[in-house]
Order: sequence, then structure tokens, then C-alpha cells
Amino acid sequence: MISSVKIISSGLYTTIQDRGRFGYSKYGVPKSGAMDFQSFSLANAVLNNDENCAVIEWTMIPPVLEFEGDTIIAVTGAVCIPFLNDVEHRMNCQLQVRKGDVLKLKSVINGVYGFVGIRYGFQSELCLGSRSQYNMVTASSVLRKNDTIFYNNCIDFSASNSSIHVPVFWNECSIIHAFKGPEFDLLSESQKGDLLHMNLTISKDRNRMGIPLDESLENDFESMLTSPVLPGTVQLTPSGKLIILMRDCQTTGGYPRILQLTKDAINHIAQKRMGEQIKFKLKKTLE
Amino acid sequence: MKKSNTKFQYKRYSEHAILIQGPSKIDETLLENLLFYKKSIEKFYGKLIIEVILSYNSLLIYYASTIENVYDEVLTLKSLFSDEFENQASKKRLWKVPVCYSNSLAPELSSFAVNKSMEIDEVISLHTTPLYTVYFIGFLPGFLYLGGLDEKLFAPRKSTPSQKLEHGSVAIGGNQTGIYPCDSPGGWHVIGKTPVRFFDINADNCCFASPGDKIQFISITEEQYNDIGLLVNTSNSIPESKIL
Repeated sequence: MISSVKIISSGLYTTIQDRGRFGYSKYGVPKSGAMDFQSFSLANAVLNNDENCAVIEWTMIPPVLEFEGDTIIAVTGAVCIPFLNDVEHRMNCQLQVRKGDVLKLKSVINGVYGFVGIRYGFQSELCLGSRSQYNMVTASSVLRKNDTIFYNNCIDFSASNSSIHVPVFWNECSIIHAFKGPEFDLLSESQKGDLLHMNLTISKDRNRMGIPLDESLENDFESMLTSPVLPGTVQLTPSGKLIILMRDCQTTGGYPRILQLTKDAINHIAQKRMGEQIKFKLKKTLE
Repeated sequence: MKKSNTKFQYKRYSEHAILIQGPSKIDETLLENLLFYKKSIEKFYGKLIIEVILSYNSLLIYYASTIENVYDEVLTLKSLFSDEFENQASKKRLWKVPVCYSNSLAPELSSFAVNKSMEIDEVISLHTTPLYTVYFIGFLPGFLYLGGLDEKLFAPRKSTPSQKLEHGSVAIGGNQTGIYPCDSPGGWHVIGKTPVRFFDINADNCCFASPGDKIQFISITEEQYNDIGLLVNTSNSIPESKIL
């Protein structure tokens, strides 16, 4: 049986996400996908789902959701307290949902992106092999109030009560591991020193495309040819500002690519709030 | 095809990606080499295992899973290139893209011409004469990186980007010209507007043009612009083309 979930209140920049699109950079289509793959994967693992099942991703301010039919959900990512019909529950475990239940999340100031997974995944439109919402590719780019999303009911409530303790590391540890980017070696010794020793601050202008940092680096690079980039690429812009490209980033860019975050570091920095500080640490690469 | 003796550098880019980089130049022979190399790599690996991002002088090979041994992969990649690629009978097309340069649709054209000390007709003529080469698609879904702009039309980007360039805007920025496939902020000078859609999620081929193809802009009247616009909206039509 098919039911739907209704968005009672949308929260902030709430979207459907899965692992994103693979193979469409030839059209200039970004990869997209959940900002924090680790929390996204955890939601699906807890629900015994296929690893690419679509989830709802919210940003700082959680949505309120009403479920039309029985199912099982899981709440992961940014720290919050889930309430089903005003009864308090836990994160990172299976939550049984009955017809008509309303899910509210009370956000705690820790982390940025939260996820609501559902047994069998949300069945929103599949575009170019992914349900991740992105302007020009999916019909809408965010979820809005009164939107409904389909899901397959799950009436098997033989679920266990097991849950998993997830250490929230992103608040304490500020070391962001990165490989040298293709243009790293063009930096002077003093630029490299600044890049690797300065405490850098997450800017307020962060979004799904990229996370700018507040500090500037001296920049005397000549302009370069537009070249491929990936989520996790750190660009040095002409003004000397650094931008960490994230999941919705363009496929190509014209600024020097001085670092490339490790895949864990991309998930880690996704959860860093505005004003929090980080420090880059180089990871040895095999040339 | 003549030997180009292209030298490539191979760099690990991330746990999932290896970058192949040629000399830093915009060059059609290099484009040909990269296109053949890309095809050869995709054929070897199968498109599901890797994705290859093309740009002027590089290929970024993105693997679906973590690369176990970078040395082995680089050796494999090296073995897939040959300087003796035969110029395969690749189907390259010339696309005729209708552009309306009238004041009502491109109000910045007149100030652009004044800044260049040119007549408006001269700008249009210089813009519609070349056959532009499609190097790759990036920046936005369906945004073509075109080579071949007449250097008389080179113009520095605006110091303050416009908040919104409408989709279909044909613009010049630096030594490049391009078409905005969707509404977007942008620092380029809009000199015309096309009713053609460059990205269509519902088409078999989301973007009709491919790297290696050519584009020519054809000047049309406002009336023709409106007629073609209606056609595009109702039938997803793509522009006229011929095989080169």
C-alpha cells in the first residue's frame, strides 16, 4: 500500500536527498546528494533499507511531518529530540509511526543537517537516476508547506528496540583532513603555511553548493583555465577567500583547486555551523 | 589525424578520482585527443564504474568506488591513450542557434556597442560570423563552453554581477561567449536572447549539443523569436543542425 507524508511546516531548506547523480556531469549536472553521507547512511542502515533510499534532509530548522499510513522512520544527523504526537523519542533508532502521527523535531544547537529516513525510502520523482532535489533537474528544488511525498507502507512492526550511540564528533574536532589539490604546489611557502596553520572560520553564507571561509589568503595566482571540480574541492578565489565546494557544486570551476577534502571530512564540515573554526591537515597522497 | 605528442600528467584527486591534465591551452587538437581518450576510458571501464568530467585540458576520472591502488589505475589509464588515435567518423554537428539581438530583448547591447566604439550591426555581425567550438558543458546544466569569440568582442566581466540573467541570455564575458540555460546571477554582458532550450530533463539527450560540435548564431527578428519560443514550449524542439 502507498501512503504519503505531508509537510505541515517546511523548516529551512528541507529537501529530498539520496546519494546523488552519477554520470551526468556530461550535461553539467551537479552530483547533489545528502550533505552528510554518514548520517544519511546511518538512517538507511537503522531501517534495514537499501543504501540509496531517499531521505528528507533539513537545515538547522527541522520540518513538521504528518504520516498518512503506518511505517517505520529513523532520525539522524544534526542533534535533535524527536517527538511523535508530543511523545519524546530517541534519535538513531527505529520509530514506529501510525496513521495520522505527527513528527516534530526539537533542534539542539549541534550540527547543521538532519535526516529523516523511512522504511523503503521516500518515493519522490526519480530524475536522472536520483531523487535528490536540484533546480532544473527535479520539478521543485525544495519541499514546501503542504507538499506530499509518497512512501510504501510498512506494517511489519516486529522491529527491535535496538539503537546505536553515535558519537557527535563534529563539534569538538576541528581538524579537516585534505589531500593536496591540483594547484597546491603553485602556492608559495608562506601561502601554504597560512593555509595549514590558520584557524579558519565557517562563513554565514554556507549552503548546499559551498561553504565559504571568513579568512583570506594572499592570492597572486594568474587566472587559470576552467577545470573539473568535485564536492570537497577547496578553491582559492581572486579576492583570496577560500570556498569549500559541497554536494550541489558545479562540475567545473575556474579558480585554483588547492585542497581536496577526504570523504569523511566532507561529511564532517557539512555539520559545522557558522562561526565554528576548523584547521586543515594534509593527508599524504600517492602521486 | 596528425601526431600531437600530447603529454599528460596524472594526479590523484581524491579517494575516488584521478585527474589527467594536458597542457594549459584552449586548442582543438587537444580537444580531439581528450574526446578520444575519454571514449577509450569509458569503453574500457564501462560507464557505470566511472564518470569522466571533461574540460579544456583535463579529464577527471571519478570512480564509483574507492580506488584501491592509484599506481595500478594510472598505469591502466596510461595504456588507454594512444597518440595515433584515428580520427574516427564521429558525428559532429553544426547547430544553428537563433538569437534575437533587438533592443527590447537585449537592452545592454547598445551600451556594449558604445563601450566598444562599434555600431550595433557590427557587434551582431562579429558575433554571428564564427563557428564556435563546443569544448565541454559545465557551470550550469546545459551551459556550453564555447571557443572562437572574435577578439574584437572581448570585454571584461562586470565588476558587480547582475542579480539575474534570464534563461536564454546570450552573453559575453572576458574572451568567452555563452548562453545561460537557466536564470542565474552573472557578470557577463547580455547582447542577445535565444528561445532555444539548452537543457531539457525530459529529452532523451538532456543537452542536444556535445563537445566537439559547432555552434553558429543566426540573427532573428523579435517576431521570429516569439514564434520559435512558442514552438519550443509546446514541442521541445531543438535547433536545426547538419552533420559536419
